[in-house]
Order: sequence, then structure tokens, then C-alpha cells
Amino acid sequence: MAGIGGAETPAKKWGWGVLNTVVVIYALVPVLWIVSLSFKSSETLADGNFIPREWSLENYQNIFSTSEFTRALFNSIGIAIIATAIAVVFGTMAAYAIARLDFPGKNLLVGVSLLIAMFPQVSLVSPLFEIERSLGLFDTWPGLILPYITFALPLAIYTLSAFFREIPWELEKAAKMDGATPGQAFRRVIAPLAAPGVFTTAILVFIFCWNDFLFAISLTSTEQSRTVPVALSFFTGSSQFEDPAGSIAAAAVVITIPIILFVLFFQRRIVAGLTSGAVKG
Amino acid sequence: MSQTTTQDTATTGASPAPAAPKKKVLSEGKRAERRLGWLLCAPAALTMVAVTGWPILYSLLLSMQRFDLKFPDRTEWIWFDNYITVLSSPYWWNAVWVTVLLTVVTVAVELVLGMSLALIMHRALVGRGIVRTTTLIPYGIVTVVAAFSWRFAWTPGTGYLAEALGGDPVLTEKIPALMVVGLAEIWKTTPFMALLLMAGLALVPDDLLKAAAMDGASGWQRFIKITVPIMKPAILVALLFRTLDAFRIFDNLFVLTAGSQGTSSVSMLTYNNLIKGLNLGIGSTMSVLIFIMVAIIAFVFIKLFGTAAPGSDDGGKR
Repeated sequence: MAGIGGAETPAKKWGWGVLNTVVVIYALVPVLWIVSLSFKSSETLADGNFIPREWSLENYQNIFSTSEFTRALFNSIGIAIIATAIAVVFGTMAAYAIARLDFPGKNLLVGVSLLIAMFPQVSLVSPLFEIERSLGLFDTWPGLILPYITFALPLAIYTLSAFFREIPWELEKAAKMDGATPGQAFRRVIAPLAAPGVFTTAILVFIFCWNDFLFAISLTSTEQSRTVPVALSFFTGSSQFEDPAGSIAAAAVVITIPIILFVLFFQRRIVAGLTSGAVKG
Repeated sequence: MSQTTTQDTATTGASPAPAAPKKKVLSEGKRAERRLGWLLCAPAALTMVAVTGWPILYSLLLSMQRFDLKFPDRTEWIWFDNYITVLSSPYWWNAVWVTVLLTVVTVAVELVLGMSLALIMHRALVGRGIVRTTTLIPYGIVTVVAAFSWRFAWTPGTGYLAEALGGDPVLTEKIPALMVVGLAEIWKTTPFMALLLMAGLALVPDDLLKAAAMDGASGWQRFIKITVPIMKPAILVALLFRTLDAFRIFDNLFVLTAGSQGTSSVSMLTYNNLIKGLNLGIGSTMSVLIFIMVAIIAFVFIKLFGTAAPGSDDGGKR
């Protein structure tokens, strides 16, 4: 940790230590609070203490004993994985074309995907609600997967084409010299090199789908396709007088932990992915 | 291109003869490249257009009809009556002002906080890794979860913040509730802003800053005169992304106030009219109006950007 800069005085070190602590507290407090709530027993739930006086797993047992949460978890995982897979495949193809090939309409595609990235999603909710009702897609998995793919594609295309630009051209040329078609050059040479970029994009897209609330709450109506963020907002206590806060907190922790682990584990890549699309080097 | 014209006009001379077959081979390869390019882009382009293009046109049609799912028999073509209804509604204008206020305040605070955070992450002598890692947590956390955390924190009885501040139910009054919503929004999205700004900071050459320091420029002068101008494109991109994102605010509001006490944003109001009120006509009218507002914001930003707009010089780069 020490020894990065040359001019390190103890005072400076302390200064940085304090600053760092402030930043860490800032980032962690709301997370620790919801974790703490989830471990409180129903008697101590409303005591307003930051640290539980009494630790219990009651809330976790409760949420996993009803289909309300488990079904939503299943929906969330299934929908996010399918949407991510399709968006990454489509995005990879388009990004390859944008980064490597010359064809008319390329700038149009880049422009359109930028427009979609900025698109007010709520503007789609009303028409999609009606269109999906008449097509029978309302309250189904595909009904959510389609808008997710659409809004994940700009992210995927931007991130991936930034990664693809880093891949050495010569290898592709060499493959073509050796008689590979552009298609083969794509599959055999570029795709394996691009794998880390594709993986990063997949994480970012997955987080986006996992996070969505607006489409999930507008385009679903039953347990059949409700995702966890939406199910959370419909949680009620087991009786009218019971506060659902404990169950909500426990469910919140369950869906947050995997993402936080993902983010921490692939920190470097995520930062590279998030910034590559927005800031050109 | 120029070769083609000389070939057409000048029939004499030996040079066109070898050029002709070469050109043909090139265009063959070119055509294959184009076809592959279109083929590879087609699935992405078709999906994006199908899920956004047609619905937007459809919502234009819906917005000109009286279309209430509670009274389906009374569906009727009424042209711009819905627009008049919405634009003369105090609820709509309240939602517009709430959204604009939240957007301006949160983005401004985020820019300052995000810049400080970016500088800390960029310059930290000690514990840089820990800081970078923890700041990603708000980004990764599900917005609804974060919103619930804030809601419980501010609920009298349950929450530590409410207890600490004397137990007033802040979420039941307009201004305090909006402040909490703003706080939740700032907490969640500042790290994203900081990451974008940090990428811009990395572009500032250290030598330049050292030279300026030699010449006696203070830290603040170096920041304003050197760092900021160099990272201006990064700042503008971060601002554009965050502004448009903040304008769509929904998750936080839904969980924290559900739009009660006049805290609705435009997205919240549209949702309430559509899903709760089942009024497709009014809901679509609001959708179209929001789309127009966002288009105006984006247009203004892109005008300000000039050549720094993302995607504007992609043709040359990619």
C-alpha cells in the first residue's frame, strides 16, 4: 500500500487515510444498513438501531418459504441471462462490423444506438403496454427480454467496438492472407481475442437487466414473469400488522450480494468497459 | 473514383487498361465487405428499430385518441385534445418542474462530488485500490434496493436517520421528501460520474501540470487552467449521460414516495396514468411529450459538444 509516491509524509498519509475513510463510509453505509435490517428479528426490527441487537435468520427463512420471492428470483435470473446472451451476440456482430468493416450506413447505426442509449424509456412503456397486450407478450418472459435487449444493445455495441479497436489488425489480415474468408477471420481469430471484452460487456449488460424496474413493473402483472425488484415492492408482511421491512431487506440482500461480488471481482474490467464507450482515448 | 472518370473520358493511352481489372477485383471485395457489414449489423439494428421505432409511432397514434381501458367503448379519435388536457394540467407542470429541479440539482452536485471522488481515486497515495473498489458498490447495487435502504432509514421508528434527526416523517412532506430522493439519486450515481471523469483525468499529461507548478501556478489554477480544459470532452459526455438519465428518474421515486405529495416526476406521472389509471391516450400523450423534451435536451448538448459528441467522428476513427 505504501510507497507509491516519493514525497510521503505521515501527515499526508493521515490526510489520505481520512479522505479514504469518508469515501468508504459514503459508499457502504446504505448497504450495511439493509444488511443489518435483514438480520433483525421481528421484535427488534423497529428499534431504529444501526446494528441489530439480536441477530436472526428469520427473514431469510420467511422469504425462501414463499413462492412470491423464489419465483421472482427464478424469473430475474432467467430473463437477465437470456437477454444478456442475445444482446451480447447481436452486439458482438454489430461491433465487429463497426470496428473492422467499411460499409454505408455505419454512422447511421452508431447514431441510432446513441439515440437509443439516451432514449426516455418511459416513452416506450405506454405503446409497448398496448402492443404487448395485443400480441400476447404482456406478462411473459419475451415481453421483458425484448426491451432489455434493445436498451442493452447500445451499451454492448459501444463497449465492444472500443475493445475491438484494440485488437491488432495484422492478425486478421494474416488470417485472410492464409485464405480465410472475412467470416472465418471473425470466428477463428478475432472472436477468441475479443473474449475478455465480450465477457466484460456481458457483466455490464447483465447488471442493466438485473437492475431494471420500469419495464418490469409496467409490463408484468403476475408472479409468472415478475422480477425481484418488482416483487420487492409488492411484499407485504404475513399479516396486515407486520412490517414487511425485514422480508424486503432480506430479499434485497439476496439479489445484491451476487452483483456486488461480480463488481468487486471484475472491478478493473468493469471500469474499463464503462469508460471506454463514453470517453475516447 | 477518379480513375473511373478518366477511363470514361479519355479512351486513348495505355494506363486505363491495367487499371480496369484491378478496380473490378477491389469492388468485388468491397461489395462482400458491405454485405457482411450489413448482415452483421442487421439483427441489432432490426431489434432496436422494432422495439423503439414502431412503438414511438404507435404512441403518436394513441396520443390522439380518447383511449381508456376502463371505458373501451368510448374510444374515439380526438386529435390534440389529449395534449390540451395534459398541457393545461397543473399535475403535469408540477411533475415537469419536479423533474427539472431534481435533474439540475442532482447533476450539479454529482459533478462536484464526482470530480472530487475522481481526483481522490486518481491521486490517492494510500489505499487507492480500496477506494476504487468500494466506490463501485453504489453502481452495482440494484436501484430499488438502495431506495428501500433509504426509505427504511428515514422511516420514523425503523430508521437510524429518522431517529437521529428527531423522528420527523420526512418522506410525507414535499420538499424534505424531494431532498431524500435527490440524496438517494446522488448516492447511487456519483460513482458512475466519477469513473467517467477519472478516465478524462488520465488524459491530462503530468508533465504539463509539473511545468505549471514550476512556473508558480497554484493547485486551483492548475486545475482550472489545465485539467478542466483538457478533460472538457469527458466532462460533457458525463454531463450528457447523467442529465438524460436523471431526467428519467423513476425507481427511487416509486419506492420512496410513489409520487405522493406532489413529488411525481414525469415518468412517475406517466406510469400512474397508464398502469393505475389505465388511460392509454393520456399516458401516450405524456410519453410523446417526454420524448420531445429529451430530444431537446440532447440536441442542446450536442450543439454544445460540437465535435466532442460521442459518435460524431466515429467514421474517421473506426
